[in-house]
Amino acid sequence: MKNNGISKERKKYLNKVKKNKLLIILTQILILVGFLAIWEILANKDVIDSFITSQPSRILKTFMNLKSNDLLMHTKVTVYETLVGFGLGTILGVAIAIILWWSKFLAKVSEPFLVVLNSLPKVALGPIIIIWVGSGTSAIIAMAILISVIVTVLEMLNGYLKTDKEIIKMARTFNCTKLQLLTKIVIPANIGTFINSLKVNIGLSLVGVISGEFLVSKAGLGYLIVYGGQVFKLDLVMTSVIILGIVAGIMYGGVLLLEKFIRK
Amino acid sequence: MNEILEVKNIGKKYQNKAGEVQALKNVNFRVKKGEFVSIIGPSGCGKSTLLSIIAGLEEKTEGEIYIESERVEGISSKVGYMLQRDCLLEWRNILSNTLFGLEIKGIKTKENIEYVKELLKKYNLYDFINKYPSELSGGMRQRVALIRTLAVKPKILLLDEAFSALDYQTRIMVTEDIYSILRKEDITTIMVTHDISEAISMADRVLVLSKRPGTIKEIHKIDFEMENRTPINCRQNPKFSKYFDCLWKELGVDEK
Ligand SMILES: Nc1ncnc2c1ncn2[C@@H]1O[C@H](COP(=O)(O)OP(=O)(O)O)[C@@H](O)[C@H]1O
Ligand SMILES: [Mg+2]
Repeated sequence: MKNNGISKERKKYLNKVKKNKLLIILTQILILVGFLAIWEILANKDVIDSFITSQPSRILKTFMNLKSNDLLMHTKVTVYETLVGFGLGTILGVAIAIILWWSKFLAKVSEPFLVVLNSLPKVALGPIIIIWVGSGTSAIIAMAILISVIVTVLEMLNGYLKTDKEIIKMARTFNCTKLQLLTKIVIPANIGTFINSLKVNIGLSLVGVISGEFLVSKAGLGYLIVYGGQVFKLDLVMTSVIILGIVAGIMYGGVLLLEKFIRK
Repeated sequence: MNEILEVKNIGKKYQNKAGEVQALKNVNFRVKKGEFVSIIGPSGCGKSTLLSIIAGLEEKTEGEIYIESERVEGISSKVGYMLQRDCLLEWRNILSNTLFGLEIKGIKTKENIEYVKELLKKYNLYDFINKYPSELSGGMRQRVALIRTLAVKPKILLLDEAFSALDYQTRIMVTEDIYSILRKEDITTIMVTHDISEAISMADRVLVLSKRPGTIKEIHKIDFEMENRTPINCRQNPKFSKYFDCLWKELGVDEK
């Protein structure tokens, strides 16, 4: 790093790295554009039935016409539910993991329950949730929480319990309290695990929200997808799926930003 | 009172599912103020256990520890402990790492922070206080770990193979540095090592532990009769190989 005069070889190497990166991005764009173009052409030539497969230009039209299908409103609903489910699921998961780290006894007691709950397909609990908390936004958020919380607990607890024993010993030599151990060693040492949990939870809370919307069927992209499928509005279904992809991408970007901020 | 530590009849049995392990038995010794004592012994003989008991991290099953004639139970603030790895916290910068002990003990006062900064200046680390551990060399990291330990002003310092993770050259250098720091700050030190040369080059006395259950087999006085003793010039002293041979034989008896 000290050497500011970059050598020829170094320049060559850096150029090569840059070129390689560019090539990858170009190929990715090419694949995407090619796929859309072929889709569009095949649909135009009636090789595939655009009634069943939809078609990029029609998706774009639907997308541009956000108001006609209340797309914007439905997107807002889904984003709101996902954010709330994601936030609460993560907070709850971390809180439970901390409690279980604190009490080895509780951790041992809850182990089999957590394992079973983790393998259980949470969607199967959907109807029960709707009966318990009512058929509305809260049921959908409950689904999102349910799906993300158990994984978060297991991941975070695993990280906490695996905190470097030598470092814990070092902290103990200063006679640190358990609370200090938690806040000054265990939690900061597991920031990486936490970021990973966030990344995983974006996907999981979206699964929770969409399957919740399937079941509740009142609003949201999940509702649009079910509705569009039933009335054979494939343009609407495809557009909703694409918006979902964009939402997921933006949230992921948000977590990456957070990660950069924390690890600056 | 010239005596700072008395280890009296210490015994330790570990219990676990597989059974019990007698790690230490009847360990007795005393350490004078300002003295440097090395402990050597075959691996698994209970050296780390002994230090952990003196530091109060591990419960003893028999015996007593006295520091400045007071009986100690549990973790004592008079004892500092340095482990094999430097255990620096990667998410804190160097200054914050050296203040860690003060922070934990709730004594991060202006005076104490000044004291730490003095130490950092004295031992050529002050330019690095805003850097992170990953940006420092192994030897520097070890010095940071030492300052973190000294920051809380322990009366006795315990070193558990504190240099064994370093490569040979760094290790000789760090030994030199740390020895001079300890002498300047007049810290009583007990150092565990598996390296006979290292033990001789720093110690006023070397305690030899037997194989498990560890007990004191022999105590050797080391005296190079030098004015400005340092680990390196001890290694060059003619007496060095004599001590070495003697301890080598002492350890060898157990190996067969
Ligand atoms: N927590 C523990 N539980 C059971 N046995 C242990 C434990 N810690 C150490 N021992 C055993 O005690 C003996 C002494 O260990 P240790 O003090 O680490 O030896 P040394 O530092 O001399 O290599 C070893 O045989 C080790 O296996
Ligand atoms: Mg050991």
